[in-house]
Amino acid sequence: MSMPQTTGPQTGHRASKSLLEVDAGTRRRNRAEARFRSYGIAAIGVAVLALVLLVTSVLSNGLGAFRQTFVIMDITLAADTLDPSGTGDVDAMKRVSTIGYGKLLKTALIADLESRGIPTEGMSEKEIAGLLSKEAPAQLRNMVLADPSLIGQTIRFKTYATGRVDGYFKGRVSMESAERDSNVTPAQLELADRMRAKGLMSVGFNWGFLFGPDASELRPEAAGLGIAILGSAYMMILVLVLALPIGVAASIYLEEFAPQNRWTDLIEVNIANLAAVPSIVFGILGLALFINFMGLPQSAPVVGALVLTLMTLPTIIIATRASLKSVPPSIRSAALGVGASKMQTVFHHVLPLAMPGILTGTIIGLAQALGETAPLLLIGMVAFVRDFPSAPPEGFMDPAAALPVQVYNWTQRADPAFVERASGAIIVLLAFLLTMNIVAIVLRRRFERRW
Amino acid sequence: MMKDNRIEERTVDMDMTETKISARNVQVYYGETHAIRDVDVDILDKTVTAFIGPSGCGKSTFLRCLNRMNDTIPICRVEGTILLDGEDIYDKRVDPVQLRARVGMVFQKPNPFPKSIYDNVAYGPRIHGLARSKAELDDIVEKSLRRAALWSEAKDRLDQPGTGLSGGQQQRLCIARAVATEPEVLLMDEPCSALDPIATAQVEELIDELRRDYSVVIVTHSMQQAARVSQKTAFFHLGSLVEFGETGEIFTNPQDPRTESYITGRIG
Ligand SMILES: Nc1ncnc2c1ncn2[C@@H]1O[C@H](COP(=O)(O)OP(=O)(O)OP(=O)(O)O)[C@@H](O)[C@H]1O
Ligand SMILES: [Mg+2]
Repeated sequence: MSMPQTTGPQTGHRASKSLLEVDAGTRRRNRAEARFRSYGIAAIGVAVLALVLLVTSVLSNGLGAFRQTFVIMDITLAADTLDPSGTGDVDAMKRVSTIGYGKLLKTALIADLESRGIPTEGMSEKEIAGLLSKEAPAQLRNMVLADPSLIGQTIRFKTYATGRVDGYFKGRVSMESAERDSNVTPAQLELADRMRAKGLMSVGFNWGFLFGPDASELRPEAAGLGIAILGSAYMMILVLVLALPIGVAASIYLEEFAPQNRWTDLIEVNIANLAAVPSIVFGILGLALFINFMGLPQSAPVVGALVLTLMTLPTIIIATRASLKSVPPSIRSAALGVGASKMQTVFHHVLPLAMPGILTGTIIGLAQALGETAPLLLIGMVAFVRDFPSAPPEGFMDPAAALPVQVYNWTQRADPAFVERASGAIIVLLAFLLTMNIVAIVLRRRFERRW
Repeated sequence: MMKDNRIEERTVDMDMTETKISARNVQVYYGETHAIRDVDVDILDKTVTAFIGPSGCGKSTFLRCLNRMNDTIPICRVEGTILLDGEDIYDKRVDPVQLRARVGMVFQKPNPFPKSIYDNVAYGPRIHGLARSKAELDDIVEKSLRRAALWSEAKDRLDQPGTGLSGGQQQRLCIARAVATEPEVLLMDEPCSALDPIATAQVEELIDELRRDYSVVIVTHSMQQAARVSQKTAFFHLGSLVEFGETGEIFTNPQDPRTESYITGRIG
C-alpha cells in the first residue's frame, strides 16, 4: 500500500494529476455529453420513424390511385342510333342522351365478348354492362360530339371498368365480399378475370386521375384531381403575387423606416398574434368580407387566394423582418456613409443580403397555404365542380376545387375506392410541397452565391 | 530648406486656410447618458485634425456628428450648432444624404460591402453620377485604389469579393471607397488600427496628400501617428474637449495637466 507522495501544499484537485489520467470532473462531463448525444439520436430516430410510417402508409394506400382498370373494346358507332336525323348536325345529335350511348355500349360489349369467345353463360345483359363504369356512356358521348366524323366507324374505345372490378384487381374486393355486395356479383368478377386474360380488360397508368375532373359518389373510378390541381395552382400564383410584395414592403417599412413608437409596437404585436390565429377564423373573415360584403363568387380561386394571402402574410412578414434584421448594421452604415439614401441602402445592400431568408420564409408560407383546408371549406371550395376553370385571369373567378379540400372531400365519401384516391391526392400534394421546397433550396443557393 | 522635423514640415500656415467645419456648444446624449458636453471646435480646410483621447471618451461620437451618422442611432440626440462652410448641417432643410456625399467617412471597423472590390469602390461614384462612362468609372476606381495603397494587391482581383480581403486590405478598400466620391471632408475613425506599419505609412501618405484638397479628421490612439500626420490636435476626455490646438504645441507644451498625463502615458 503506497500512496504517491505529494510534495508541497495541495493546490486544488488538479494539482498532481497527469494529463494521461482523466479526472472525475472531466469523466462526469464526458458522460453528460454522451447522454445528451444519445437523447438527440433518439429524438431523430423517433422523427425518422414517424416520417417513414407516414410515407409508407400514404404510398401503400395511395399509389393504387395512379393505376386503373380499363376496358378496351371495339365499338361500331351506328349512325341510326347516334344521328337519327342523319344530317350530321351536332345540335341534333345532342338529343341522344347517355342512355342511348349506354345501350350501344352494352350491345357492343356483349358482341365483343362473343367474338372473342369469352363465355358469359348465366349472366344477364345488365350484369355484363355493369362491368363498365357509369361514366363510360358520357365519355363516349363527349367523344362523338367532339368529333362527329367518328359516326359510322368502328373504333377501339378505352373506358374505365367499374370501381368494384378495379378494386378486385387491386385486392380491395374479394369473391367473399362480392357475395355480400349489392353492387357486384362473384360472376361479374369471374368474367372480369376472363376478360383480362383475353386482353379486353387491362390495368395501366391512369392519367385521368391527374388531369380529369372529380366524379360523383357512384363513379370513384372516374374521379380525378385535375380541377383541384388547377385550383390550387391558381391560388398559389395569386398568393405569391399578392403576399410577397405586400409582405416584403410591410417588413421593409417596419424594419427600416418606421419610427420606434407605441404604434409600431402595437402593429408588431398584432402581426405576431395574427400568425397564431387559427386558419378557420380567416375563413370566416373571408366569407364575411369577400363573399358577403364584396360579392365575389363562391368557390372561386380568387377568394381562396385572398383568404390564404391574409393567412400567409404574417409568416412572410415575420420571416422577412428576421432576415432583414440579420443583415449587419455595419453594411447600412457603410452605404449611408458614402452618401446613399435610406432607400438605396435598403434596395442595393440590405435586401439582396436578406433575399435567401425572404424566399425561404415565403415558400414556407406558400407551403402552409397549399395544405390549408379549413378556411377553404368556409368559402365554398368544397363544392362539387365538374367544369374546368378557364385560363387566367378569368379562370380566377371560376369555381374550382383545391387539393387538400379534395382529400377531405373524398375521405367523406362512402365507397372505399375513394380512400385510395384520397391517399393518391395526398401523394400529389406532397409532391407539390417537395417541388416547392426544392425550388426554395435552388433559389437560396442562387442568391447566396452572390455573397 | 529641408527640415528634418516632420511635424513642422507638415504644418501649414494657419492664416491661409479657412474654417471648414465649425462646431459650437455641441452636446450629445445617448438616451440619458451625456456622451459629449460643450464641445467647441474649428476644423480647417486643407488641414489634418487629429482627435485623441482615452477609449470611450467620445471621439467616435463627435466624429459621427460631423456627417450626421448619429441620426441612424435612434436614442442619440445632438444639440448645439455645427456649420459646414457656414451652413448649419442640423438645419431642418438639410438632407443628410447630400451632406454625407460631401463629408465622407471611414469607420472604425472595416465594413466592405459583400460585393466585388470594383463594385465597392464604384458604388459611391455610381449613385452620385460621378462617371459618365465605364472608362471614367474604371479610372476613378483605379485612382481611388492607388490612393488607398491597395492597387497593386487588388488590380488582378477586382471582381472578387471585398469581404475576401485581409482585415488591413479591407480597411484600405473602405478608404478607397470613401475617397472615390471625392468628399470635401474625410472623417477617419482609427483607419490604421488594423494595418501593418507599411500600410499605415501608405495611409498616412494618402492623408497627407488628401490634405492638399480636402480637410481630414482622424481619430487615432497612436500619439506618434497624430504627431506625424496632423496639424491640429484635439484631446477629448470623458466627453469634454480638454485641449485643442497646434499639434506641435499639444505634444511639446500641453496646457492642461490631463493632456500631459495622457500623452505621456499616465492616463488612458
Ligand atoms: N450607440 C450607442 N448607444 C449608447 N451609448 C453609446 C453608443 N455609442 C457610444 N456610446 C457611449 O458613448 C461614449 C463614447 O463612445 P465613443 O464610441 O464615442 O468612444 P470613443 O472615444 O470612440 O472610444 P474608442 O476609442 O474606444 O473607440 C461611451 O461611453 C459609449 O458607451
Ligand atoms: Mg471610437
